[in-house]
Amino acid sequence: MRVLVPGLGGRLGKMLAERLIELGHDVIGIDRRPFRDAPPGVEMHEVDIRKRAAEDVFRKFRPQAVIHMATVTHLVVQSEDRYRINLGGTRAVFEHSHTYGAEHVVFVGRHTYYGAAADSPLFHNEDEPPMGLASFPELADLVAADLYAGSALWRYPGFTTTVLRMVYTLGPTGHGTLASFLRGKRVPTLLGFDPLFHFMHEQDVVTALCTTLDKRPRGVFNVAGPQPVPLSMVVRETGRTNVPIPEMIFSMMLGRLGLPKLPTGALEHIKYPVTVDGSAFKKATGFTHAIDEKGAMRAYRDAFPRPSH
Amino acid sequence: MRFSLPVDSEVRDRLEQLEIPFNELGVDPYGISKAYLGPSFTALRFFFKHYFSVESHGIENVPRRGRVMLVGNHSGGVALDGAMVVASQFLEMNPPRLAQGMAEKFLNKVPFASQLTNRCGHLTGLPEHAERLLADERMLMVFPEGARGTAKLFKERYSLVHFGTGFVRLAMKLKTPIVPFAFLGGGEAIPTISNAVSIGKLFGVPYIPVTPWLFAVPIPAKLEVYYSPPMVFEGTGSEEDEVVYGHVEKVKERIAQLIDTGRRRRRGEPARDADRGVQ
Repeated sequence: MRVLVPGLGGRLGKMLAERLIELGHDVIGIDRRPFRDAPPGVEMHEVDIRKRAAEDVFRKFRPQAVIHMATVTHLVVQSEDRYRINLGGTRAVFEHSHTYGAEHVVFVGRHTYYGAAADSPLFHNEDEPPMGLASFPELADLVAADLYAGSALWRYPGFTTTVLRMVYTLGPTGHGTLASFLRGKRVPTLLGFDPLFHFMHEQDVVTALCTTLDKRPRGVFNVAGPQPVPLSMVVRETGRTNVPIPEMIFSMMLGRLGLPKLPTGALEHIKYPVTVDGSAFKKATGFTHAIDEKGAMRAYRDAFPRPSH
Repeated sequence: MRFSLPVDSEVRDRLEQLEIPFNELGVDPYGISKAYLGPSFTALRFFFKHYFSVESHGIENVPRRGRVMLVGNHSGGVALDGAMVVASQFLEMNPPRLAQGMAEKFLNKVPFASQLTNRCGHLTGLPEHAERLLADERMLMVFPEGARGTAKLFKERYSLVHFGTGFVRLAMKLKTPIVPFAFLGGGEAIPTISNAVSIGKLFGVPYIPVTPWLFAVPIPAKLEVYYSPPMVFEGTGSEEDEVVYGHVEKVKERIAQLIDTGRRRRRGEPARDADRGVQ
């Protein structure tokens, strides 16, 4: 099958490309980042998904399936640009897919869509609305991109749309928000709070994407593998030191003392859990994870041992 | 650097018998942690067995496995009643069961309280949580009087205030047996003479109970739990209010009856027909 992957340049994208090639697909990638050491057989276009040149790729390649991974998270890019990439890019992907006759479009979204709050339930179902925007407005573009992608279900009946809300990834490439949060020797947490963190090994993430391609489930699905575990346990099992800090002091420290400059709403995500019920996806596709929570944490620790200073 | 609190050997054995799917690291999917249950049940065991020497009646009425809802009255200004019922289920059932309470929403905002309640399985009181736990064949502990119930004063200690109806609808929807229970003595252990609402607000809690010795430190009063045989209400949970009110009334009556039975026992009066099944 001809598979086009916007956002292929990331670490997860590269793993996905390798697996797709292995499975016998023709893979073409679009990314505005330069893509080094591309697996053999992958055709890479260094263009912005929102630009004319990207549309040319759709026209020439005529993909049967599109896996849209070109969204950026609130923790990596802090600018107006993020809005444009996430919303403008998503719109472009769906419009071009429609124009050039794709059969299946997969939107790779995030489970943080649901937001973290004190009164938010564990194990969100797909039909729950996003409740975290009041405390964390910076999440708005990702939520909007997710809902926009979902609207393709009625907007473009000509192809199958799958919206995936994936839990955090953890594994040897160190890809993702959670992995970046754990990078240092000491991990700051909020004193008196220890939320569950839901994550899966990056190889299982790739498996879930390939299974989606294969089974073409229509609709919105949470994707989760093993059970979530408390943050303190993630910190410990990845060989880091937990540094619990009272919330007031923590918010004052943001952007100082080596802590990233985060919007204060981001603290809700280390205060309260975001966990999802992935049973609908498992039922629709037969997906099962191969690596459990302990294995994922161990894999990360082995690839990123505790820094010595 | 990890410190560990002492864990009683009986508690340790019972932890191993708990029918809860802990992972290799001792945590279940809801975040219930053996590392927290051990020390907390060790402390509860002391209060249950020695400080209050809680007496329970009719524990054989409680199903040993599968979804079930324990529904009882509030007694005592803090969650003493809940804590002792949780202890009773863990220490007196064979195999032991973990009763999971529905925590008041404000608790999840309070540092440490949030961490402790979640790790011990007392999730925030949301319908989604209750439904998911029952569907998972867990034991849910419900106090339909809510915070109105813990706010009872000493003179009101044997009364029941308004019952919510959500628990009956949920039990019907999920075909869950309800085991009504009565908790006696909490009002004597923590005799509330007044509830300080404005001071409570300063601390982010609904109110702080005030006792003759000012703080809600319980005295070692005699506590008792009476479990009734299960009640099952057929239906879907979307019945008219009148139907549901009727069922709620039946549960409330059963609890009132159990309280009455207990009070008479405490006064040394002979048991009546209505008391049978819980002695």
